[in-house]
Amino acid sequence: MMYGFEWDTTTPLTYASSILPIILIGLTVTLQAAAAGFAIALVLGLVFALLRRSRYAAVSWTTAVIVEFLRDTPLLVQLFFLYYVLPDYGITLPAFLTGAIALGLQYSAYTSEVYRGGIEAVPRGQWEAATALNLSRLQTYRDIVVPQIVPRILPAMGNYLVAMIKETPVLSVVTVLEMMGLANMIGERTFEYLVPLTLVGLIFLLLTLICSAGLHRLQKALPKAGIPLR
Amino acid sequence: MEWLSYLPALSRGALITAGITLSAIAIGAVAAFAAGIARVEGGRALSLVALCYTELFRGTSLLVQLFWFYYALPLVGISFEPVATGILVLSLHVGAYGSEIVRGALQSVSVQQHEAARALNFGRAQTLIHITLPQALVEMMPAFGNLAIETLKLSSLVSLISIADLTFRAQSIRNLTLDSAGVYSLTLVGYFAMSLVLMLIMRLIERWVRRGAAFPRAAHS
Repeated sequence: MMYGFEWDTTTPLTYASSILPIILIGLTVTLQAAAAGFAIALVLGLVFALLRRSRYAAVSWTTAVIVEFLRDTPLLVQLFFLYYVLPDYGITLPAFLTGAIALGLQYSAYTSEVYRGGIEAVPRGQWEAATALNLSRLQTYRDIVVPQIVPRILPAMGNYLVAMIKETPVLSVVTVLEMMGLANMIGERTFEYLVPLTLVGLIFLLLTLICSAGLHRLQKALPKAGIPLR
Repeated sequence: MEWLSYLPALSRGALITAGITLSAIAIGAVAAFAAGIARVEGGRALSLVALCYTELFRGTSLLVQLFWFYYALPLVGISFEPVATGILVLSLHVGAYGSEIVRGALQSVSVQQHEAARALNFGRAQTLIHITLPQALVEMMPAFGNLAIETLKLSSLVSLISIADLTFRAQSIRNLTLDSAGVYSLTLVGYFAMSLVLMLIMRLIERWVRRGAAFPRAAHS
């Protein structure tokens, strides 16, 4: 029994339907972790992308090395690092938050590249025109750059969100009870892993199929010319 | 200096990580080309099989796949050694991603190339081997480079099915010494170094492919 739901292992079908409510509770945790992680990745990635464009070589190089390091090391080890090392320095966070931060850190390396690609795709002539029109840096970004890069980066960001949802099961190793963690616990108690794990796999499959269909529609709906902010 | 004492165990783990990663890249490449070519050139049945494989392995999480093969399959009487399971699942997983790269690159070869091959009376297999694949392969290489790094990173998950790779050793040392900062910093640096080496290898392969050395020149003369 878990979360007040009793399982019934008489046949695979009754087993699946009896544990579905438990797995769905896990699904909400999975989605919350991905949402929190993605919010962190969106903000931190932008910070990295802007620091990367800094005039000071020391700043842009340091950022480049940090981003490369985050991108080339495994999420699992980064997660262990945060989970075990932070408490040694007096920072004790709930496992869920540690997990979300780890996801956010890893994916900020990816999103920063998306931002950078988007910014660099704005033709040089437009930056020069903005200077010629005496626009401030803020005005250039707000009125020229951002409206053009938003539709350009949205599909790539969407892909990373889907990828992140699929990586949340890793958080189960630091005791976050998302879908896979729960399926595993059910398996440990009933000695019957096939049904819970298959169920989780199917839910992931359904989730990614829905997300890719949504992304496809989004890509078609986006205006090619850009989205005005004002 | 106590972290120096971790090095022997960690480097043994790193060797296992390297072995699993390289095997998964090699087997994954075979799966990627088989499924990618089947999607483009295969008949209806073959491309449907390839599509199902790709969607199944791209649509579910690697950790779920690993646990499924490790815990669930033995219950229906199929079981492998943990290392074999790890390599197999990792290969199939990255192979599914790779097949999308192969498919995209094959489809990006221009129609004129196909028409020219037709005009020269090339068969389908000849067109694929001598015309489209050599061009597509050059397009694929940068994406394959990224996928190779991804494979190395994902290989850390096999530690969760009790394979003594770099992550697994780090975990055991930390449980023994409680020196989390030292062990995990060293492990992260280890993975970073391996990524850089892997990147270098992929660059060399890319340069080799760009020179056209991967394909026989007989058809050109």
